[in-house]
Amino acid sequence: MAGTDPIHQFVIEDMIPIHLGGDGTAGSGLNFSFTNSSLFMVATVAVISLYLILTTSAKSVIPGRAQLVSELLYGFVANMVRSAAGTAGMKFFPLVFSLFTFIFVANMFGMVPYFFTVTSHIIVTFALSMLVFLTVVIYGFVKNGPKFLKLFVPSGVPGYILPIVAPIEFISFMSRPISLSVRLFGNILAGHITLKVFTGFIVTMSSLGFLGILGSALPLIMAIALTGLEFLVGAVQAYVFAVLTCMYLNDAIHPSH
Amino acid sequence: MVTQVYAQEATTPTEENLDHAVDATHGEPVPGATGHDPTADTHATTQAHGGEHDSGVFPPFDPATFPSQLLWLAITFGVLYLLMSKVALPRIGNILENRKAIVDADLAAADASRQKTDAAIAAYESALANARAKAQGIANETRETIQADLAAKRGAVEADLAAKVSEAEARIASTKRDALTHVDEIAVETAQTVVAQIIGDVPADSVRAAVAKASKE
Repeated sequence: MAGTDPIHQFVIEDMIPIHLGGDGTAGSGLNFSFTNSSLFMVATVAVISLYLILTTSAKSVIPGRAQLVSELLYGFVANMVRSAAGTAGMKFFPLVFSLFTFIFVANMFGMVPYFFTVTSHIIVTFALSMLVFLTVVIYGFVKNGPKFLKLFVPSGVPGYILPIVAPIEFISFMSRPISLSVRLFGNILAGHITLKVFTGFIVTMSSLGFLGILGSALPLIMAIALTGLEFLVGAVQAYVFAVLTCMYLNDAIHPSH
Repeated sequence: MVTQVYAQEATTPTEENLDHAVDATHGEPVPGATGHDPTADTHATTQAHGGEHDSGVFPPFDPATFPSQLLWLAITFGVLYLLMSKVALPRIGNILENRKAIVDADLAAADASRQKTDAAIAAYESALANARAKAQGIANETRETIQADLAAKRGAVEADLAAKVSEAEARIASTKRDALTHVDEIAVETAQTVVAQIIGDVPADSVRAAVAKASKE
């Protein structure tokens, strides 16, 4: 690998090149190559699907440990959806469940050394948040029709304030996909850079002789603490993404709040 | 901005950076890494980044990687969504529902059994109360018949005794009356005998008259 360079971990490398269009020169056309990022997306999906499908294949009434984990995960996300979006929101349960498990497992994969972190790329988190945003907008208009616009008109607000409140509501609504994607991307990116920088300090300092080796204990302690923190951040960010998805879906289901 | 940082890093002539540059160019020494040739710097930097995309931008913001990431995200996430919504989640939902149904059925059965037990206890208690009442009734009845029997027997015995007593009294009275009638005769005979001893014979009639006269006084 590239030594202590904290950015190298985010580099995408083609594994199976697939180039479409372009004139054959480098950088022209569209690059649909199977990359290290794609590999970890596939691994994430494979781990989730295999785990959930294999552990529940016995369909035991009295669950074993592995099946219990699947059931607890199901119950955890189902309760999240039901409490934030009501029973009507349960039709989006597979979506929220897929989002939560995908982000969670991708973040956990990211904590393994030399593994690629899928969620550390803004385009991935942005695509996921646009998926949520478009689901909310399309479902909101299909289900409620023009009444969906009530979302921007909070009930109980006097008419003369509406010209101020409605644009604010509209801007806050439109900025949701950005805040949702940047929150996840930023947390994961910053965490991985910080971790890499501190572990890089260990290498740099230990090369400075005896005192350096002694001193490198400090960044080592930091790196250990940050590793724990990053596991927490990875889990919390997956949870936050799922909860916010539920709340946005609730707007589409019940627009007059 | 990021590129600049790297360029600076690469120009710092530390040992590590030297190694770095050598590694990046697959063993060929890079003369620029030690010197300050700007083209060599960028070359070393982009090589250090992996060299797939020569744009040298911060990898998460490199638009050249976007089509690939979007395509593979769509494929993998689509597959995940399908597997979750069609296979895994319905299956887990079924398991949970099935368990809930079994537990509910068991609870209902337990409840039914409990109600049956309660009914049995109530029936037992009412039967017990019935039996107790019946036993008391029988006891009372028996006591009453015994008392009635006893009273009747006592009455008969008392009547019998009373009859016997009155008969005896009557007999005593008659005996007494007889005895009293004989007293006069005895007195006359006694008086006659006494008089005969003293003054000789006297007619019985006069003696009788004298005794009668004396007994009247």
